[in-house]
Amino acid sequence: MEWYLPVIWAAIIATAVAMYVMLDGFDLGIGVLFPTTRDESERDVMMNSVAPFWDGNETWLILGGGGLWVAFPQAYAVIMPAMYLPVIIMLLALVLRGVAFEFRWVAKPNHLAWDVAFSGGSLMASFAQGVILGGILQGITVKNGEFAGGSFDWLTPFSLICGLGVVAGYALLAACWLVMKTDGRVADHARGMIRPLLGLVAIAAIGVSVWTPLEISRIAQRWFSWPNIAFLWPLPAATALLGFIVWRGVARRHDYAPFFATLGIFLLCYLGLAISNFPYLVPPTLTVWDTAAAPASQIFMLIGVLLLLPVILGYTAFVYWTFRGKVRHGEGYH
Amino acid sequence: MSFELPDSVLLARLQFAFTITFHIIFPAFTIGLSAFIATLLARAMWTGDDQYRTLARFWTKIFAVSFAMGVVSGIVLSYQFGTNWSRFSVIVGNVIGPLIGYEVLTAFFLEATFLGILLFGWDRFPRGLQLVAAIMVAIGTCMSAFWILSANSWMQFPAGHEVRNGIAYPVDWLAVVFNPTFPYRLIHMVIAAYLTTSIVVLAVGARYALKDIHAAHARTMLRMGLGMALVLAPLQLFIGDQHGLSTAKHQPAKLAAMEAHWDSSHAAPLVLFAWPNAKTESNDYEISIPRLGSFIITHDWDGRFKGLKDFAPQDRPPLPQVFFAFRIMVGVGLFLIALAFFGGYLWWRDDLERNRFFLWIASLSWPLGFVAIVAGWMVTEIGRQPWLATGVLRTADAASPLPAWKIAVSLALFLLVYGVVFTMGIRYINRLINKGPAGPLHEEDDALPNRPLSAAKPAIQNALAPGDAS
Repeated sequence: MEWYLPVIWAAIIATAVAMYVMLDGFDLGIGVLFPTTRDESERDVMMNSVAPFWDGNETWLILGGGGLWVAFPQAYAVIMPAMYLPVIIMLLALVLRGVAFEFRWVAKPNHLAWDVAFSGGSLMASFAQGVILGGILQGITVKNGEFAGGSFDWLTPFSLICGLGVVAGYALLAACWLVMKTDGRVADHARGMIRPLLGLVAIAAIGVSVWTPLEISRIAQRWFSWPNIAFLWPLPAATALLGFIVWRGVARRHDYAPFFATLGIFLLCYLGLAISNFPYLVPPTLTVWDTAAAPASQIFMLIGVLLLLPVILGYTAFVYWTFRGKVRHGEGYH
Repeated sequence: MSFELPDSVLLARLQFAFTITFHIIFPAFTIGLSAFIATLLARAMWTGDDQYRTLARFWTKIFAVSFAMGVVSGIVLSYQFGTNWSRFSVIVGNVIGPLIGYEVLTAFFLEATFLGILLFGWDRFPRGLQLVAAIMVAIGTCMSAFWILSANSWMQFPAGHEVRNGIAYPVDWLAVVFNPTFPYRLIHMVIAAYLTTSIVVLAVGARYALKDIHAAHARTMLRMGLGMALVLAPLQLFIGDQHGLSTAKHQPAKLAAMEAHWDSSHAAPLVLFAWPNAKTESNDYEISIPRLGSFIITHDWDGRFKGLKDFAPQDRPPLPQVFFAFRIMVGVGLFLIALAFFGGYLWWRDDLERNRFFLWIASLSWPLGFVAIVAGWMVTEIGRQPWLATGVLRTADAASPLPAWKIAVSLALFLLVYGVVFTMGIRYINRLINKGPAGPLHEEDDALPNRPLSAAKPAIQNALAPGDAS
C-alpha cells in the first residue's frame, strides 16, 4: 500500500477537526456564556453574532466524522461504539441547541425554554467533545479490530478534566469573539470574562501536558528524548507567549488580538496532542496504516478534497468577510 | 413477569428508521422550498415587484426553521453509521464512505455556508448577492440528494465493486456512482420533494384565500403551487412507472413484495387490497383486477414477473409493511393528480379563489406529500431487507458490538428529544404561517428600542479601520 496516503488523510482529518474546533468552538462557547447575563437584548446580540455562521461551522464536524469513516473505517468502527454514550449525548445536545437558533425567535416572548436548550445544549456538546477527546487519548481496548472495552471506560478523571478544559476553551473563544464582533455592554461584559477563562484553560492545558507523559511512556519518550526536545520546546513557549498576548490584549482593549491569539493557543495545543499520538488513531493499538481504507477509496476521495476544499475555504472566508464588522443591536431577519 | 429487551440489531434498526424518517421530511421540504425562494427572489428582481420579495422573506423564515431541524438530524445520521452500524462502516465503507464524503464536500458546505447570506441579507446586502446565495442553497440541496441517493442505490443494487475477505472494494467508481437504478431513484425523489413543497405552498395560499386575508400573496401562492403540481404530479406517475420497471429488473424480490405477488405467473392480476400471509404464502382478503398487474409491471397483458416463492423465505422482505406502504404512496400520488387537475380546471374557469370546496381540500392537503415520501422511503428501505447491501451484507451482520441496553437508552432519548423538537417545530411553523407574509419589508420598526440608531453605520466603519486591528 502507498504508505503516504494514510498520512495525507490523517492530515486532512486533523485539519477538518481543527477547523471545527476553531469555528464551532466560538459559537458553542456563546451558549456556554449565555447564563452569565440575564439581559434579553444582550442575549439577542450574542446569538445574532453567530447566527449566520453556525450551520457552516457544524459542517466541519461532519467532515471530521465523515472523513474518518471514508479514510479510516476501522478506526471509525472502533471509536464510535467505544464513545457511544458521549457521542449520543453530544448529538442530542447539538440537536437541541441547533433548533434553538430558530425556535427561540419564533417562540418570543415565551422563549426561556429555548434559552435553556441553547445554553444547556452548547454546554453538554462542548463537554462531551472534551470527554471524547480525553477518552481517545487515554486509550481504547481493542480485540480483533473491534471495540472490546466496557461501556463506561471513557469515564475517568482525566476525560472529565479534558471535558472541562474544552468547555473553558470554547467559552474563552466566545468571549474573545464577542469582544471582536460587538460593542458597548456586550463587549465589556465579555472582556471581563477573558482573564478568568484564560486561567481555567491554562490549568486544563498544563494538567493534560503533565498527565499524559507521566502516565504514558511513549508520549514521555516522544517529548523528552534527544533530539526531539530541541525541536519541541518552542511549542509550549509559543503557547505561553500567546497566552500573554491575550492577557495584555484585555488590558489594552484590543478588539482582534485576543481572538486570534486564542485561536493560536487552540492550534498549538492541538498540534501538541497530534505530536503525542501520531501515528496512532486509536491509541495505543491502531495506527493510521492499520485502519486505512482501500487506496482506491482514499485516492477517489482525495481528488475531491484537493479540488473542493480550497473552494469551500474560499466561500467560507467570503461569507465571514461579508458579515465583517460589529453586530448591531436589533439586527437579524426574524 | 419479566421484561426482555429486543435484540440490539432490532433496536438499532428501530433507531435508524426513526431518525431517518424524522430527517427525510426536512431535506425533502427544503429541496423544494429553496428552489421556490430562489424563484421568488428572481421574479422580484426581474419584475421589480416587492410582493415577491415579501413572500420570499416569509418563506425564508419557514425554511430556516425546517433547515435547522434537517441539519441537526443529518449530523445524527452521519454518526449513527459508526455508533450503531460499525460493521457496516467497515464492510462497505470503502464504497459508501466516499459517496457520503462527496455529499459533505459538494453539498452540505454549500447549503450551510450560503444560508447565512440568504437569511440575513434582507437589508444588508445587494439583492443580487442574496439571489446568488438562494441559488447556491438550492443547488446544494439537490447535490445532497444526488450523493445520498447514489449511496442508497448502491446499497439497493451493488455494482462496480468486488468482495474480498468479506469486505467490498471499489473497482469502477463510475459504476458505483451511476448505479443502473440510480437515475430513476434520484428523479423520483427530487420530483417528490418539489411536488411536496408545491402542495404546501398551495395549501398555505388556500388557507389565506379561505380566510380572505393576504389576498395578493394567496393568489400568487395558489397559482405557483398549483402550476407546479399540475406539471409534477402526472410526471411523477410516469417516473414512478419507469422506476417500477427498473425495480422489476434489478430488485425482483422487492417488487414481488410491493405487489404481494407469490407465484411467478403470466397475466398476473393487480392486487388492490389484501393481507399478505407469509405463513400460507398467499394473500388473505384479496381484491384484485385480472391481468392489470402484468401490464403495469411488464407493460404487457401477458407478462410474467417473479413471485415471492422464487426467493428463499430468509431472503424475502417483510411483507405487510412494504405492501401497504406502497399502496399509501401510490394512493396519495393519485389523489394529488386529481387535486391538481381539479384546481387546474377551476383556474381555467377563473374560479380558483372562489371555490371553497377546492380551497378547503387543498388547505388540508399540506401533509400528503410528506406522507407519500415517508411511505415511499419505507418501500425502498424495508423492501431491501433482509439485506443492507443486497447480496453483500445482511442487516443482521452489520450492527455494532453493543449491548442492547445502550441502544435502548439512546433510542428512548432520541424519541424524547425528537418528539419535543418536532412538536414545537410544527407549532412554530404554523405560527409563522398564521402571522402571514404581510408586514414591513424593512424591519427597522421591529428593532429593539435600545438600538443605537445613529451609531450603527460608524460602528461598522470603525471596526474596519486599520488602526483598530492589532
